[in-house]
Amino acid sequence: MARSANVTRRGFITSVMAFAGSVMGVVVGLPVIGYLISPALNAKKSDAWIPAGKLDTYPLGVPTSFSFTRTQVNGWEKTVNSFSVYVLRDASNQVKVFSSICTHLGCRVSFHKSSEEYICPCHDAHFNINGGVVSGPPPRPLNQYESKVDNGNLMIHVIEA
Amino acid sequence: MISKRMFPWLDERLGISGIYKTIFDRMVPKVNWWFTLGSATLFLFALQVVTGIMLSVYYVPSPDKAYDSIQYIMNGVAFGWLIRGIHHWGATLMVITVFLHMLRVFFYAAYKYPREITWTTGVLLLLATLGMGFTGYLLPWDQKAYWATTVGTSIAGAVPGIGDFILRALRGGNDLSGVTLARFFSAHIWMFPLIIIALIGVHLYLVIRIGISSIPKENE
Ligand code: HEM
Ligand code: FES
Repeated sequence: MARSANVTRRGFITSVMAFAGSVMGVVVGLPVIGYLISPALNAKKSDAWIPAGKLDTYPLGVPTSFSFTRTQVNGWEKTVNSFSVYVLRDASNQVKVFSSICTHLGCRVSFHKSSEEYICPCHDAHFNINGGVVSGPPPRPLNQYESKVDNGNLMIHVIEA
Repeated sequence: MISKRMFPWLDERLGISGIYKTIFDRMVPKVNWWFTLGSATLFLFALQVVTGIMLSVYYVPSPDKAYDSIQYIMNGVAFGWLIRGIHHWGATLMVITVFLHMLRVFFYAAYKYPREITWTTGVLLLLATLGMGFTGYLLPWDQKAYWATTVGTSIAGAVPGIGDFILRALRGGNDLSGVTLARFFSAHIWMFPLIIIALIGVHLYLVIRIGISSIPKENE
């Protein structure tokens, strides 16, 4: 339209209005999109090293339970998640930290000294002392947390999605 | 873009150009800028609807979360301050433009025959707009909001005879509480907006049907 030999007054105004309208649409529309998707962009993984006490307080060869909580903030809401792990120390001070969440459907397993197994109460899964599946439905061994020893203190690496 | 061949096809079935002509190509007398105040109000109302819907994405009308959810909108969400700011100032501006629009109609005597019903729906629109302001003011659930509504509902409670009942009906009980917040929220996002949309429909139908009055002459 703007290229035609004689631009009418009406045509000119229409073009200007259409242009101004588009600019306004973008200026208003982009912030609105940013506003709507903002929580998706801000959600980031958080990780922390959780101190779990002196390593030598954990008995040798016996998985020992340790619990802690983590607070997560979602928008205006604070959620406290509780974690419980089993710490297994061997004679050479190698440490394994197992999640107590069953790899089947997420119930809490507990260690039974009599059979030296972690047993899940939900569908009777048995894991051996190193987390491997002995029997039952779980598809894989118990999850493990990364850990390190700092000045004799056990530290557990927790990554939250 | 609807192509040059598509448009006549659609128009024949939908009658778009007829609607366009009725709304935009209608006859108007020679008027001045004061006659744009109704349209300005209409624009502000549309803006309030859009920004209000956006705010409702994050706002929570509960006594223990309302304040926090607004803090989150202001500090946690991209452009939250902008959306809330527009809604806040738009509300104030809309009350002003409605009022000025009414004054222009009054001073040009445009409320007379045959426009009495346009005027009446206008009065109801003014009241509903004030209702939006009154109910919206409580929603941030901060000290200012709480005490403003305490005072506002008490004033309504001063009506002789039925005042106590009005006060309890507004607050949903004897005191300002979560019940008050929930009913103000409902009024603010559902009841008043639907009332306003319906009234604007009648109001604008009449404006288009009757046409705009011209500016009165000296010895009319
Ligand atoms: C949400 C509020 C309102 C909206 C969106 C609105 C919208 C409009 C629009 C777009 C017009 C066309 C002419 C003009 O803009 O001046 C109009 C005319 C009119 N309005 Fe409103 N209005 C509102 C509130 C009111 C109020 C509070 C009153 C009076 C109490 C009122 C009384 C009238 C009358 C009588 C006319 C006809 C004027 C004439 O024919 O010259 N309106 N309104
Ligand atoms: S959840 Fe543990 S066995 Fe099913």
